[in-house]
Amino acid sequence: MQVTITVNGVEYTRDVEPRMLLVHFIRDDLEMRGTHWGCDTSNCGACTLWVNGEPVKSCTMLAVMADGASVSTVESLAKGGQLDPIQKGFQECHGLQCGYCTPGMMMTGRWLVDQNPQITREEIREGISGNICRCTGYKNILDAIEYAAANPATSEVTA
Amino acid sequence: MTAVEEVPISAAGNPIGFGRMHRKEDVRFLRGEGNYVDDINLHGMLHSAILRSPYAHATINSIDTSAALALPGVHAVITGETLAGLGLAWMPTLSYDTQAVLATDKVRFQGQEVAFVIADSRYIAKDALELIDVDYTPLPVVADAKKALDADAPIIRDDKEGQTNNHIYDWEAGNKADTDAAFAAAEVVVTEDILYPRVHPSPMETCGSVAHMDPVTGKLILWTTTQAPHAHRTVYALVAGLPEHKIQVISPDIGGGFGNKVPIYPGYVCSIVGSIVTGKPVKWMEDRAENLMSTGFARDYHMKVSIASTKEGKIQAVKVDVLADHGAFNGVAQPTNYPAGFFHIFTGSYDYPAAYCSVKAVYTNKAPGGVAYACSFRITEAVYAIERIVDCLAAELKMDSAELRMKNLLRPEQFPYTSPTGWVYDSGEYEKTMRVALEIAGYDDLRREQAEKRAKGEYMGIGLSFFTEGVGAGPRKDMDILGLGMADGCELRVHPTGKAQVRLSVQTQGQGHETTFAQIISHELGLPPEDIEVIHGDTDNTPFGLGTYGSRSTPVSGGAAALVARKVRDKARLIAAAALECAPDDLEWELGRWFVKGDPERGKTIQELAFAAHGSLELPEGVEGHLDAQVVYNPPNLTYPYGCYICVVDVDPGTGQVKVRRFIAVDDCGTRINPMIVEGQVHGGLADGVGMALMELIAFDEDGNNLGGSFMDYLLPTSLECPDWELGETVTPSPHHPIGAKGVGESATVGSPAAVVNAVIDAISPFGVRHADMPLTPANVWRAIQGNPMRTDMAVE
Amino acid sequence: MQTPAPVEYAKASSIAEAISLLEQNGDESRVIAGGYSLLPMMKLRLARPDMLVDINGIAELSGIRIEGNEIVVGALTRHSEILSSAILFEHYPLFRQAEHVIADPIVRVRGTIGGSMCQADPAADLSAIGSALRGTAVIANSGGTRTVPMREFHTGPYDTVVAAGEILTEVRFPIRPGAGSAYEKVERRAGDWAVASAGVFVVVSGGIVTDAGIGLTAVGADHYCSPEGEAALIGKAPTEDNLAAAAKAASDSSNPYADQRGPVDYKRHLASELTLRALRRAVNASQGA
Repeated sequence: MQVTITVNGVEYTRDVEPRMLLVHFIRDDLEMRGTHWGCDTSNCGACTLWVNGEPVKSCTMLAVMADGASVSTVESLAKGGQLDPIQKGFQECHGLQCGYCTPGMMMTGRWLVDQNPQITREEIREGISGNICRCTGYKNILDAIEYAAANPATSEVTA
Repeated sequence: MTAVEEVPISAAGNPIGFGRMHRKEDVRFLRGEGNYVDDINLHGMLHSAILRSPYAHATINSIDTSAALALPGVHAVITGETLAGLGLAWMPTLSYDTQAVLATDKVRFQGQEVAFVIADSRYIAKDALELIDVDYTPLPVVADAKKALDADAPIIRDDKEGQTNNHIYDWEAGNKADTDAAFAAAEVVVTEDILYPRVHPSPMETCGSVAHMDPVTGKLILWTTTQAPHAHRTVYALVAGLPEHKIQVISPDIGGGFGNKVPIYPGYVCSIVGSIVTGKPVKWMEDRAENLMSTGFARDYHMKVSIASTKEGKIQAVKVDVLADHGAFNGVAQPTNYPAGFFHIFTGSYDYPAAYCSVKAVYTNKAPGGVAYACSFRITEAVYAIERIVDCLAAELKMDSAELRMKNLLRPEQFPYTSPTGWVYDSGEYEKTMRVALEIAGYDDLRREQAEKRAKGEYMGIGLSFFTEGVGAGPRKDMDILGLGMADGCELRVHPTGKAQVRLSVQTQGQGHETTFAQIISHELGLPPEDIEVIHGDTDNTPFGLGTYGSRSTPVSGGAAALVARKVRDKARLIAAAALECAPDDLEWELGRWFVKGDPERGKTIQELAFAAHGSLELPEGVEGHLDAQVVYNPPNLTYPYGCYICVVDVDPGTGQVKVRRFIAVDDCGTRINPMIVEGQVHGGLADGVGMALMELIAFDEDGNNLGGSFMDYLLPTSLECPDWELGETVTPSPHHPIGAKGVGESATVGSPAAVVNAVIDAISPFGVRHADMPLTPANVWRAIQGNPMRTDMAVE
Repeated sequence: MQTPAPVEYAKASSIAEAISLLEQNGDESRVIAGGYSLLPMMKLRLARPDMLVDINGIAELSGIRIEGNEIVVGALTRHSEILSSAILFEHYPLFRQAEHVIADPIVRVRGTIGGSMCQADPAADLSAIGSALRGTAVIANSGGTRTVPMREFHTGPYDTVVAAGEILTEVRFPIRPGAGSAYEKVERRAGDWAVASAGVFVVVSGGIVTDAGIGLTAVGADHYCSPEGEAALIGKAPTEDNLAAAAKAASDSSNPYADQRGPVDYKRHLASELTLRALRRAVNASQGA
């Protein structure tokens, strides 16, 4: 089947099997490998990206279901060479170690802060409970997302 | 070196030496530009999938691959028979046993590898699995380790000549006679059956490989999730008969290891064979189910622990009998002379003269493994045993558990301390560390609060754990894996313009080596960390070493890095003497430069000396050009990091639910190269402890069905289960380590489970509970309160 | 990661089109909404539909509104919308309490009440609430619509009355002035399936419980509810003893089996304990209302 999906602002039209998972479409067909996968049962959240501005576990969506949609992945966070505040937060606060859960964690974190710039630490803690990390013990990730909320980007940088 | 030293800050804002700094490796991960094995895509690359046994124990009568081979897009289907023809159906394990690569005669655990399909895409490969027809005859199963040596137990390893039962080995340490005597004379003896159940490291990235045997050059490049690239290369050379100089093992970015990525798995071998057979690169990436069901699990120690004490709480002796469940193949990774790893450090942090342990290892119809998940070679089991039994003793004596520990902790003047089982602990000021933890926790207030709550029928618990571990394996005369000594190399090159590259033999999986090793070189040479590139993970471009696990990177490779930098610094001195036309003894060192004593204006920076070393300066007799050095560091001993952890929980007795309210962790890992990274390592290990204590479990039913084969059943802690960790530190350097550092990667995973379990048991002790096994799920806690705790490793009926 | 078997796919833009696609493509065609129930089953190859009919674009299936004396929740309504719904929170706060502990925040963005109901997992939370509140399922087919009480909707584990060629369009809940409700769940870890849950409502009027609904999940209660527990309570004063008797009756009527979440004695105990705790809170809410 033919699908047309806009990813990080660029439109792609490809022929895919209906059963192809969105995560494989992004990684293998479009060769954007920042989005990862870590389980079989939609638990870990490593594959989190946005579809039409909402977070989705891309291992649990078919590419065909995203036909006509706008997808954002971790590769869209940095703009014009500048790291997004969420990325800066993860760096400042040592919110990543092996980096494998990090793209999904940042996509969730970015969305949480966008939804509620006054988000509290406990709301962040609940908000990332669908993203699993084995390295950090989460405390620094909470710090990183708090940092992003407290330090929003100060100017629009055109891509 | 206990006070925080002032270090100068570089132009990029980094400490020139030890201190907090952002990680150099972060940017690629933040941008989604990490390079993990599944990111590797080579021209013409094929994909693969493994067919696995649904049975825990069954004879294979026949395998029909014809339908799978006929599926469009399938290139090859490899079976055990194919491999047998190449002498590759079996491979050695890291414990001198053998393991099936693909099953030939029978399958011995649920999930065992039976066939390997190579196809154009992972989707087709998975489709092909369903078309392979295997005819099995199920056999009786050994699922309960306690029944493995029953007279009527089926023999699992009938492939091994002379194997008449499921016994692997017996091993012991300590002094049995002294220990028996101490127990016989003791005023108080407490005994408990303590299980450390089977758990799984479960890194977020599963295991996999891309094998590319170039048919023209005959060189095999293997990108793979390995914590020990050089050791793997040597084993592949020995096993596959490929010349070692024609094998390049590359560990790209690794998404977590935790010991899961130490063994060589059948999938890697099959991908190599697949590449040879098809002439194309072959990728193998396992699913999460495969990871949980077939790769190196951890623990599975059934321990009977006894402690002997005076009435006043002075420990006299400890003994432990262990039944070790190794699964169907003995695949543990540990030094050859230590079949039970370093379990005999179970004597712990306390001062008493007698101890003895015996370990009996058995085969069962389960996946192979045992040493993994940050266990420091079974030290998790040892620390859990001693810290749990000490709490049981405290309960028996009706003594506060902190007071009992304080009474028995080793004292500073006893170091270096030789334990009753022969370990030589290098340094420690235990009481000091414990007092810091008690202070941060507000321990006395917590006990007051507990008493008030109990009066109201509310149940909170406070659990302590004081752990000592021995890491940094190890002295090569004593410690080898498959005959490869555990010494590690390091190479340093300082380029003409004063920038450096350091090549490591260890392999990061998130520990921050690209930063911390730059900081070590920085500390020794005064080059800013941003001017030092750390190279690792590629066997063609790094010196030999046994890899990263058992917290050995800092103690061994970190030692090597410091020493190689000192070699460079010493050589730089000779070059400086030549440049300044003085004697080497006339020179003094300050960070980054050699200068003439008494005439500090006259000096040369490392950068200037680097250029001079490559230039036309006449060098003294015996001094070669360039500013490079190479070292192989053979550590004289292990290092002994330690710490005191305190966990506070609230338990709802009506439901058994446990909430971890607080967790205080005070670690002493000697010199702290980058405190930010040290803290991160501790945070992660503490989450492991919460996970194992409360929810992580690979259980089996009597048919050998693996009940922990997905993240719906193998539960990992989320942000909601983890409190904001409260950390403290003390710094007691290792006297024998070049920079006094001890390593910390596994400390928190080692020390934390006991703190959580002790806290839960403390909370429900008013109900008469003395012990219950991990994981303390709500069901298990409730059952313990009813006086009927669950056996957790076997399915409930 | 595991991958689904080959499947056909079509996107429907109306209920009629969805029904038509289902009918044309036979018994093995399935509706897909959020996908968080169906796709994992397909990846494990436990579910092997021939055709997926994507209903995410059918706006009329979405939304929460009041119609007369009922709250109407479209089948496509997402968990996150149920969580934040002011209408549901006003009348039946147990929805919000349950949604906080269903799956995880990301799954809740797309997972739907229809998907959850039709998946009919024996541990599903919304099924217990649907039965507790004596809701009504509205099912559309080519002949029109039919209604089925929620207490008859589920016919067994993973099985409902929705037949081939049919689609659940909405679930309706009667509004009960003065009702208090509460949800109590025990899980081994955040986001896990329930070890046991109880979702209840009561109406206390004139010092008597005039109406009650006791929903249970994960304990093998027929149709996710306990009429026995309700009968033990309706018409009585909401004293602690009476609540405890109702909770015990609810537990006695359940039929849990042992699994990795817990043994039978524990689950039975939870059926009673959680029903009791939920009833206490519901009574307080009703009396405070």
